[in-house]
Amino acid sequence: MLKKRIIACLTVKNGLVVQSIGFKQYLPVGRVAIAVEFLSQWAIDEIVLLDIDASREGRRPDFDMIKNASRRNSVPLTVGGGIRTIDDIMRLIHSGADKVSLNTVFFDNPDFIKEASRVFGVQCIVVSGDAGKNKKGRYEIYSRSGLNPAGLDPAAWARKAEELGAGEIFINSIERDGSKAGFDIPLIREVSKTVSIPVIACGGAGHPKHFYEALTAGGVSAVCAGNYFHFTEHSPITTKAYLVRHGLKDIRLDSYANYKEAAFTEAGRIAKMGEDYLADLMFEFLPEEVI
Amino acid sequence: MNNEVLIVDYEVGNHQSVANALARLGYRFKISHEAAAIAGADVYILPGVGSFPEAMKNLDRLNLVGILKEQVVTGKKPVLGICLGMQIMADSSEENGHHEGLGWVRGTVEKLRADNAFRVPHVGWNDLRIMKKDPLFTRSGDSSNFYFNHSYYFIPAGEGRGPDEPLVTARCRLCEDVVAAFQQDNIFGVQFHPEKSQSCGLKLFRSFFNHCGIKSSHA
Repeated sequence: MLKKRIIACLTVKNGLVVQSIGFKQYLPVGRVAIAVEFLSQWAIDEIVLLDIDASREGRRPDFDMIKNASRRNSVPLTVGGGIRTIDDIMRLIHSGADKVSLNTVFFDNPDFIKEASRVFGVQCIVVSGDAGKNKKGRYEIYSRSGLNPAGLDPAAWARKAEELGAGEIFINSIERDGSKAGFDIPLIREVSKTVSIPVIACGGAGHPKHFYEALTAGGVSAVCAGNYFHFTEHSPITTKAYLVRHGLKDIRLDSYANYKEAAFTEAGRIAKMGEDYLADLMFEFLPEEVI
Repeated sequence: MNNEVLIVDYEVGNHQSVANALARLGYRFKISHEAAAIAGADVYILPGVGSFPEAMKNLDRLNLVGILKEQVVTGKKPVLGICLGMQIMADSSEENGHHEGLGWVRGTVEKLRADNAFRVPHVGWNDLRIMKKDPLFTRSGDSSNFYFNHSYYFIPAGEGRGPDEPLVTARCRLCEDVVAAFQQDNIFGVQFHPEKSQSCGLKLFRSFFNHCGIKSSHA
């Protein structure tokens, strides 16, 4: 069975992972390589690394940062930010990326997406877009990290991206970014209905039930969160355990620690175990997996 | 034996990801397309992230088709093709027009068809129906998940040499017609990405290199 993917998005600013709130506020988290290593160990299904300064500063991707970050990573890595040429993609893949995420170039030079998918195959090309509500209260795609309304509604944008040769669509909600209010279900359902390629939803995760809603009512193939996964041990695994507990069967939960027996609090976190269980834990031997 | 793995660099491969996995397992490897390096290696990995015509064009331009054939088909050195690296071992592909492949394994590469329940590209973690465990899957459990990312798939022309030596060694569970792995003597191919499949993928590499008699500095 093909699993629904739980993806972590690392927003990178000034070379550091940050939490992003409403595309306006940024709080530092830490080093990129460390964040990638931990997420990979915590059984995340995929990592998306977005350098939000690159396009704004008009510079190329930071290849050394990607090479360094990929060293201890064993899950698929998608990299975005500042990609403008075929050579950029080639060097990113040679630095440890597996896919690329294209956003700004969709508006500046749409033919580039066609060319990139011809060279690298459609499965390598993710087209990402940031949606917000415009003055008329309708959804619109914004370019330049959410600054410029691009005059396209999300469905039209996604359809065009698929035609140009995108292999996946990454749809982010500007208003939900960092809000912890849940994914924008009408938005992601609309995009998911429009295209026949996989859709990744992002923006608004604050509780594991939000992932559940996006995967069921939202109809997407993958759910992505940034801030949600930081500062909490094993956060991807506990999220998956919650989803499995609530009836989703198509989730990859095969890590050594899997929390299959755990109870959850109302906030969606692991509830404290009984005293007997905790006392026994002191004597449990956790062998390191030998491959 | 030099105990050396060669990751063939034909410019469309994610060889850094493969290199990271081999380094973690403690293998000596080179990333190259030089004739001397290819002749001196014991085992080959053909990684692949790219389109079929682009891959074949690069192999041609770098003069790799003849050299690899000499080592793999004539010299019987083991090779593992990953994703596109597996597909180019076939006779031909219909990706962006009709293109000839290396022709080491009889079969063609065609586009996956999307339907309501199945989106193309086939992206994500999927489990396998393993038909032949030895040697690639000797360490794999029944619920091993592997990462797939492709929109074309390999269709074998023959059945292999009978029930004991089938060509196809694993299929993908959701879409039964997708070949996940094959083996023809010393030629191995996997449609998924073991270098991106966490410990399930590392176990597959370990089984493959043990089968080839390659030693790791960790052992």
